[in-house]
Amino acid sequence: MALWGMVIDLDRCTGCQACVMACKAENNVPAVGPKEAARGRIISWMHVLREESEERTRFLPRPCLQCDDPPCTKVCPVYATYRNPEGIVAQIHARCIGCRFCMAACPYNAKYFNWLRYQKEGPGQNPDVSVRPKGVVEKCTFCHHRLQKARERARAEGRDLVAGDYVTACAEACPTRAITFGDLLDEGSEVARLARSPRAFRLGEELGTRPKVFYLAEMEGHRRV
Amino acid sequence: MSDAIVERDRALFGPLSETGRGFYLTVGVLGLAILWGAIAYAVQWSEGLGVTGLHQPVSWGFYVTNFVFFIGISHAGTLISAILRLSKAEWRRPITRMAEVITVMVLFIGAGQILVDLGRPDRMMNVIQYGRYQSPLLWDATSISAYLTASTFYLYLPLIPDIAILRDHLGKRRWLYAVLALGWRGTERQWKILNRAIAIMAVLVIPIAVSVHTVVSFVFSMTIQPMWHSTIFGPYFVAGAIFSGIAAIIVAMGIIRRIYRLQSYLKPIHFRYLGQLLLVMTLLWFYLTFAEYLTGYYGNEPEEMKVFWSKFTGPFWPFFWAMVVANFVIPMVLLVRLRHHAVGKTVVASAFVVVGMWLERFIIVVPTLSNPRLPFPEGQYWPTWIEWGELAASFGVFILFYVLFVKLFPIISIWEIQEGRDVGLKEVEERLLTYLPDGAADAAMPEREKVLT
Repeated sequence: MALWGMVIDLDRCTGCQACVMACKAENNVPAVGPKEAARGRIISWMHVLREESEERTRFLPRPCLQCDDPPCTKVCPVYATYRNPEGIVAQIHARCIGCRFCMAACPYNAKYFNWLRYQKEGPGQNPDVSVRPKGVVEKCTFCHHRLQKARERARAEGRDLVAGDYVTACAEACPTRAITFGDLLDEGSEVARLARSPRAFRLGEELGTRPKVFYLAEMEGHRRV
Repeated sequence: MSDAIVERDRALFGPLSETGRGFYLTVGVLGLAILWGAIAYAVQWSEGLGVTGLHQPVSWGFYVTNFVFFIGISHAGTLISAILRLSKAEWRRPITRMAEVITVMVLFIGAGQILVDLGRPDRMMNVIQYGRYQSPLLWDATSISAYLTASTFYLYLPLIPDIAILRDHLGKRRWLYAVLALGWRGTERQWKILNRAIAIMAVLVIPIAVSVHTVVSFVFSMTIQPMWHSTIFGPYFVAGAIFSGIAAIIVAMGIIRRIYRLQSYLKPIHFRYLGQLLLVMTLLWFYLTFAEYLTGYYGNEPEEMKVFWSKFTGPFWPFFWAMVVANFVIPMVLLVRLRHHAVGKTVVASAFVVVGMWLERFIIVVPTLSNPRLPFPEGQYWPTWIEWGELAASFGVFILFYVLFVKLFPIISIWEIQEGRDVGLKEVEERLLTYLPDGAADAAMPEREKVLT
C-alpha cells in the first residue's frame, strides 16, 4: 500500500501559476466569473499564496495538504469526505449535503464551495473528472483519477505500478520542477528523500494534522520536527 | 360561560374567547415577514447559497448565528420552569406555561436554521442514511430531537387539566379540546399520575437541556480554529443560553401582560424575581466572557490574537462593543435596583440582552472564519436581503406560533393558579413550619397550627 505525498520546493517556485492553470484544466475546476470572484468565491484547488515580509516575498503553492489526521473528515456528518487507505482525503460530491462544516474545520482553507451552479457538462472538459453541482464542497484530490488510470494501465500491461506512473497535473506542469510527487513509503523515491531533507517543513506542524504535502525552504529547515 | 371557575379567572379566558382587531393586524404583519422569508428561501433553493453573502473563507454566517441564537433562547423555557417547579418556587405559577411554550416553538425554528443553511437540502436524509456519529452535527441532531420531544411532553402534560377546563367551560372549539384533554376528569388517580409525570419530566429535561447547548458549542470547539477551540465553550454556551432565555421570557411576559391586561397575574414581584435571576446571569456571562478573552489575550498566540483584535479594534468592533453594552452595561445599570419600576426596567434590560446575545453568537461565528491562518485575502462578510429575510421570517414564525398558542390555550395555567389559591397557600405555611425549630413553631403560632391539622 502506498502513501501518496508531495514536496514543493519554495526556493524554486517563481509564482508563475502554471500549476494553478494545469489543475483547473485537469480537474474541471470552474471559472466563477468576475462578479463571483469579486465576492470572494474563486475556486482554486491549487492556490498560490504570497507571503510577504520585510526582507523578501515568497510564493507558497497550496493544494489540499492531504492531512494524515484530517480535521475535516471527522466533522462531516455523512462521510462525504474521508481519508482513503492510501492517504488521499477524498470527497464524495454526490453525497455532500453542503453543511460546510469541513470548510470551517480545515485550518488551511483548502476546501471550496459551489455557491451557485458554476458550470454544466460540456466540450473541453476532462471526461475523467465529474463536474460538481451547486451546493457541494470540492477540493484537491491529488488527481485521484490519474491513479485509477495508471493502475488500470499497469494491470493491462501485466506489471506493478512504478514510480512516475502516477503524477499530479500540477507536478507535471511546473516549469521549475518545484513540485515532486510520489509514494512517501517508497524509501528510494525522490519524494521520500526530499521529505527527509533538512530544508523540509510542513504547514501548521503544531496542529498535529500531519500533512502529506511538504515544503522545502532554506530558511525554515529548523522548523522541522 | 358564567360559572365560578370562569368568573374567578376571567382575565385568563379573555384571549381565548374574544379576538380583536389587533390580533389580525399582528398576524398580517407577521405574515408579511414570513412571506419575505419564503420568497428568499425559494430564490435560494433554485439559485444556490450564492444568493447569500457567504463566501470563502466566511462559509458560515447569519444562518449558523441564528441557529445558535434560537437554540439558546429555547433554553429558557423548559429549564427555568423545571428549576422553579423543583425548587417549589410558588411565584412560578403564572410564568411556567409561557416559558415552556417559548422552548417548543423556538426549538423548531433553531433546528430549521440548519436546514436553511444546507447547500443541498434535498439530500437532508443522508444524515440518517449515512450518518457519521463522529461529527458534532449528529450530536446536535440527537440532543435537539431529545429536547424537543421532552419539552413538548413537558408543555403538554400540565396543559391537560386546562384543556379539560376549556372543554367544559369555554363553549368554543369543543371537539379540539375534547380530543386533546385525553378524557381528563380530574379524578384523584389522574391527578396522582399527572403530578408524578410532571415531576419526572421536570427532572429529565434539565440534563437534556444542558446537553443541548453543550453540543451546540461543540460544533465550534471541536475544531482547532483560533478562539473556537476552547474548553470553556460548553458551559459558556449553556450560561449564555439561559441568559438569553430568561430575557426572552421577560420580554414575552411584558408584552402579554400589556396586551391581555394580565397585570393582576403578572405582578411587579414576578418581574423583580426574574430580573434578579437575569442579573445573576449577567454577572455569570460577564465572568465567563472575561475568563475566555483574558486567557486568549494573555497567552498571546498569534493566530488567536488575529481574531481577538479583529473583535476588539478590527472590523468587528462595533458588534463586539455593542454586545458588551447590551449584555453587561445596560442590564447592570437597570437591574441593580428593582424596587421601583421593576416591570419597565426588566423588560428594557431583557430586550437589550436578546439583541446582545444575538451579537454574541455572531461575534463567535464570523470573526474566526474571517481570519484564516494562511495569508489569504481577508473576506468581509455582509448578509444579503435573503439572509435578512430568513432572520425576519424566523422571528415572524416564532411570534406567530406564540400568538396562535395564546389564542387556543391559556397562556397562564388556570389550574395551577387555582391550585396556588386552594392548596399552595396552606402548603407553603406548613412547609415553612417544618423549616423552623419544633418548639419555636408551636410557640409562634399555636392557633394556626391547630387550624391546619
